[in-house]
Amino acid sequence: MNIVVLVKQVPDMEKVKFDREAGRIDRSSAGTEINPFDLNALEAALQISENTNGKVTVLTMGPAQAEEALREAIARGADEGILLTDVKFGGSDVKATSTILSSAIKKAGQFDLVIAGIQSVDGDTGQVGAEVAGYLGIPHISNVEAIKNYTEEYIEVVSSVWESQYLKRGKYPLLITVTKDVNVPRLPSFKNKMKARKVEITKWSYEDLKEVLDPSKIGIKGSPTKVKKIEVPQQSMREGKLYKENDEKAVEDILNALKSCKVLKEA
Amino acid sequence: MTEKIYNGILIFAEQKNNAIHRVSYELLGKGKELSDKIDCSLNAVILGPEEINVQELICRGADKVYHIADSTAFNKPDELIYAENIVSLIKSIKPEICLFGATTFGRSLAPRVAASLETGLTADCTDLKTDSDMKLIQIRPAFSENILAHIKSDIYPQMATVRYKEFEEAKRDADRTGELIKIEPVKTNNDLIEILEEISNDGINIQDAKVVVAAGVSVKSAEDLSMINELAYLLGGEVGASRALVETGIISKDHQVGYSGNRVKPAVYIACGISGAPQHLAGMKEAGVIIAINNDPSAPIFDIADYSIVGDMYKIIPEIISAIRNNELTI
Repeated sequence: MNIVVLVKQVPDMEKVKFDREAGRIDRSSAGTEINPFDLNALEAALQISENTNGKVTVLTMGPAQAEEALREAIARGADEGILLTDVKFGGSDVKATSTILSSAIKKAGQFDLVIAGIQSVDGDTGQVGAEVAGYLGIPHISNVEAIKNYTEEYIEVVSSVWESQYLKRGKYPLLITVTKDVNVPRLPSFKNKMKARKVEITKWSYEDLKEVLDPSKIGIKGSPTKVKKIEVPQQSMREGKLYKENDEKAVEDILNALKSCKVLKEA
Repeated sequence: MTEKIYNGILIFAEQKNNAIHRVSYELLGKGKELSDKIDCSLNAVILGPEEINVQELICRGADKVYHIADSTAFNKPDELIYAENIVSLIKSIKPEICLFGATTFGRSLAPRVAASLETGLTADCTDLKTDSDMKLIQIRPAFSENILAHIKSDIYPQMATVRYKEFEEAKRDADRTGELIKIEPVKTNNDLIEILEEISNDGINIQDAKVVVAAGVSVKSAEDLSMINELAYLLGGEVGASRALVETGIISKDHQVGYSGNRVKPAVYIACGISGAPQHLAGMKEAGVIIAINNDPSAPIFDIADYSIVGDMYKIIPEIISAIRNNELTI
């Protein structure tokens, strides 16, 4: 089994600052980490790979320092890493990103399963997984909450979709996107940390992908959606009434609030 | 003036078991506003059996309804079958704008459609406007809801998924007329994915609830949950839960509120013993009135609550319950 895991290096969301006046995002004080959902994708891949004698390749697109995310994934057990990095890739939207990732998956060779997290915590679109499947021309199963069974030919998973849960069986090649419920990611091991320090990370630029990648479809030029403006909204104003050792008043006010929004009838 | 090559708005009307999802009416509501400004038609596509009441989409404002009809093909959430049929329709009618509800299915389907059409897609919009050039401005939160990005597409169709419960439903006009166009599907089966079964859920729909009474890990057992159930029942609401409580197994995942569970926007949200992790707040901060009860005065939930009660929920909730019962007696 050859499994490709899509990962993204994201800022530590707790430390990102948002400047409301300037409409700017300041990531400078925030460190980076692997997008939390992608750790679940990696864990799913590692478990399947261990039981099928497979190989796990982590793939990311980003600036040179995104290499750290790949080394961390290898420290957690992945076999190898591929970094797609080129100024030409900068400014890519969902479509351009999916186009670049899918062309790299094609170039990397035969694969059975691609696993991605359901969304990134920064871009937050949750669309790249399904679009990569679209550009690869393979089916996908999204919002996978549990992996029930797998063989060399297919995988059975629980997909949370259509206001319910469905047990779906997908034949390879297939892409799945996973939620946090699918597993608990393992921590890096000492042995793998040593390996991650030494391992060679494959780096591909546009030049390496040009046989499978149309230059008009990447980067800002190849991105049909463009951010025109960023707004940092003010937190909505709330009543903000505080009650401490004053239950009676609290209950009275709550009852009135329930009445004024017509949840309770007026007495 | 030369005629536009891409013209009109197409909304995807989602259905399950022949029932049209309400987000479809919200898309028609917003779609009408946009189509009036752009001066174009507003149309809907629905995939499913003959029996669906597609006339309802006309009553809610659709000028044309494209009904891709098959007795079985669309009765399961199979993105491949849906996508191929929708793509085929879009290629033939060339809408300038295409809107999907950002439901779990819509969010999984729309990217496949966008990839097939090689067009852009903006996820999870909370507002849509027209620019002076009559193109769509798509407004969406990002960075875990901390910013709002205004996005424009320069390829047609301009595609977006739109968050459920963001817009008003289109008003119903029983006498409204429109055109119903029945279409033969181009694909009805998929050998690559087999949908084996729908795993039964208990049928709660927390996203539609007017009141959500949510509990956190201060609830230690199923018995403790009974006062939460009672309060929700008295208010005609549903019971919600933090991710941590769902993880204890006391309550099922359908009740989970948060960024990775259900996003809810009820008229009233009562958070009982929930401290308010960012993940949880992202799923409920847009509620009308937020009431929070917690024994920790520094709980982050209090930062966004209208009514913050510091104290023991095991004492306060029964007091609220008895006050509601007394109120009923006096009606």
